[in-house]
Amino acid sequence: MDTPIVEMARISKRFGDLQALAEVDLTVHKGDIHALVGENGAGKTTLMNILYGLYRPDAGTIRVRGTEAHIAGPRDAIALGIGMIHQHFMLVPPLTVAENVVLGDERGGPVLDTRGIEARVAELEKRFGIQAEPRAKIEDVPLGIQQRVEILKVLYRGSEILIFDEPTAVLTPQEVDDLFHIVRTLRDEGKTVILITHKLREVMAVSDHVTVLREGRNAAHLVTKETDPRAIAVAMVGRELRDIRVRPGNVGPAVLEITSLSAESDRGGLALKGVDVEVHAGEVVGIAGVGGNGQSELAQCILGLRKVTGGVIKVGGSDVAHDDPRRTRQRGVAYVPEDRRAEGLVLPFTLADNFILGRQDQPPYARRGILQGRVIRREGERLAKEFDVRPPDPDVEVGTLSGGNQQKVVLGREISESPRLIVANQPTRGLDIAATEYVHERLLEQRSRGCAILLISSELDEILDLSDRIAVMFEGRIVAVLPAAEATEERLGLLMAGHVEGVPA
Amino acid sequence: MEVLIGAGVLAATIRLATPVALAALGGVVTERSGVVNIALEGCMLVGAFFGVFAADKTGSLPAALAVAILAGLALAAMHAVAAITFRADQIVSGMALNILALGLTSYLDYQLYSSTGTPPTIPLVPNVHLGFLEKVPVLGGAVGDQSAIVWVTLAIVVFLQLFLFRTVPGLRLRSVGEHPRAADTLGIDVRRTRYWAVLASGALAALGGVYLSLSVAGSFSDNMTNGKGFIGLAAMIFGRWTPLGALGAALVFGYGDALSVSLQGVEVAGFVFPVQLLSTIPYLLTILAVAGFVGRSRMPAADGQPYESEGH
Repeated sequence: MDTPIVEMARISKRFGDLQALAEVDLTVHKGDIHALVGENGAGKTTLMNILYGLYRPDAGTIRVRGTEAHIAGPRDAIALGIGMIHQHFMLVPPLTVAENVVLGDERGGPVLDTRGIEARVAELEKRFGIQAEPRAKIEDVPLGIQQRVEILKVLYRGSEILIFDEPTAVLTPQEVDDLFHIVRTLRDEGKTVILITHKLREVMAVSDHVTVLREGRNAAHLVTKETDPRAIAVAMVGRELRDIRVRPGNVGPAVLEITSLSAESDRGGLALKGVDVEVHAGEVVGIAGVGGNGQSELAQCILGLRKVTGGVIKVGGSDVAHDDPRRTRQRGVAYVPEDRRAEGLVLPFTLADNFILGRQDQPPYARRGILQGRVIRREGERLAKEFDVRPPDPDVEVGTLSGGNQQKVVLGREISESPRLIVANQPTRGLDIAATEYVHERLLEQRSRGCAILLISSELDEILDLSDRIAVMFEGRIVAVLPAAEATEERLGLLMAGHVEGVPA
Repeated sequence: MEVLIGAGVLAATIRLATPVALAALGGVVTERSGVVNIALEGCMLVGAFFGVFAADKTGSLPAALAVAILAGLALAAMHAVAAITFRADQIVSGMALNILALGLTSYLDYQLYSSTGTPPTIPLVPNVHLGFLEKVPVLGGAVGDQSAIVWVTLAIVVFLQLFLFRTVPGLRLRSVGEHPRAADTLGIDVRRTRYWAVLASGALAALGGVYLSLSVAGSFSDNMTNGKGFIGLAAMIFGRWTPLGALGAALVFGYGDALSVSLQGVEVAGFVFPVQLLSTIPYLLTILAVAGFVGRSRMPAADGQPYESEGH
């Protein structure tokens, strides 16, 4: 067998008390698309940051094309032909596409040769079939194009080995297809691709080999053609997954009835242009859509966080469109916000305090305006146990918990009051498989209790797994409502992109 | 009319705008790299003092200018170490250095010159006489006899405008101020870039200070900069973090300052503006500019944020 292009052997890395990587091996062959998968915190990104020179390993060796390499920084990595497409784009918004591509390696004299730079970038675009407007400013182009700029940056530096860090997190299904097309083109041009992901569908769709990490160690090495998603998932999580399949439930009367709802966005334009949707007791209605098509505004309107400019929002028969959040919540509406760190929790507060937020002025948590510390603490302890928050310490600062545990705190607070409606906006964003599974189970538990659930998600898998009915949102309108049984990924993908005509009646 | 746009008022405008412009240019350079440096006020002050001090000790103008700029560099270097290497709060560090500069210069001034005042015989920065303009009305009076530093300032404005927006190092400096992590991953040394920018800002402010002492006043007096460094920062905001804009804003402030002098004793319909009220004009303009423009113009995205490189 030929020499691997990248060979990382017995790599260890420790951050403080955390052993992020323990003797991890990774072998990648030239011309391969190699998927590096694992749960959050498994060490995928740390391992790649070591290969790219952003971290120094505590122990272990790296060989590139058979020669031992000491990579002290990104400069060394670039010199070895290693390029990284970061998850959070490393682009400078006020600069142009072309300027971003060449930044740090502008060539020519100290005077900026704008025309020459644009010509070079255009040539690169042509060669790899990647379209991006060289003169446009980054802040004016969509995320899908920004990612192409990241790819161009790496290709411009002559990289032979391209590391993609969770590249699909911010893309629409169509953009994902385009990206995979580009990735295959790159492989056909002889490039080597390392793809960090935890989405099994993507692993199966594009990769040749799979390396699975779990808790900072090697969990499996697999050939994609010879394996299946289940085997990869088991290697990632370390146990069998529970089957979450929605069985038809007992649907009750309408709990949430929204008719011709309109509202403005933060920028002043219309975010909602006449939304109609109903959610019944014991039913999950999924709102599918590319982020920014009015989903978040819809959730905020229901909760009373955004001014409603027209239409009616009924909860249990009474109009709440112009109620404030407190009154709405008193009617039994719970809310899992999109950004748990900014909207769902007060990070510097303790676990117990976060659990009772919103009820802090009511008995038994407060008596005559004085907080009852002992009661709050005991309640925090109880809920932490009930919702499996780790560590189950009521005095721990919530900001120090992992994302999954933070979300358990939000969820616990919201469902411990037995709401009749839950509005969940991106409830599993950024969570790994195990934490996602937990959130899903808890939501479905509420559903069987008879709670109505409005689930907003840009993850099609999540929508398809949990929903009884699926409403697709596009440019401030619900463009279609389908029973889950009739929804397929392709059909939803088209609707989400605004192709209403193509759908059979 | 004469008090509003006469040669006298315009000449005074330029004279008063120059130190503000230099501080503002320093602000543009350092903030474009992502470091807020309110110690520019202090840099001006030490520049003003040590320029006079060196002129007195050496009798040489080039030496005086060099020492003044070195003093500004030294103060800026302290800010750079605190803000970049130790990632201290940039406002606190800047304020501390301003207090240090004020205390140090006042103390040394008292120790060295309290009895006599700064010597009247020190070499000063010469004015540039433009003889061919002598006959031209207004313009001749306005620019025909300005300090050499005024013209140097103008050259610096042009140079910086081209440097920031038309050169490779300028592009890199802006990228560091907007998205340091991105710059870092592309092999651009964020810390080194920021060090250079902060040092340059100190040198520019010190030049503004030495202009006050060795060109306008011919002497040093306690706290003679009197907030001009801060007004420079306002001019930087007003000028949208560009050198040309900063110059324009400095001229607006300078004009306000000049008006507050030229309107003294002027009677309008039997009413004489009180001096105290007139002298608030430049400060009112500053508040208006900052309040009106701070929200509308966009500052560099990473301005004032310490950068911590990943890993190690």
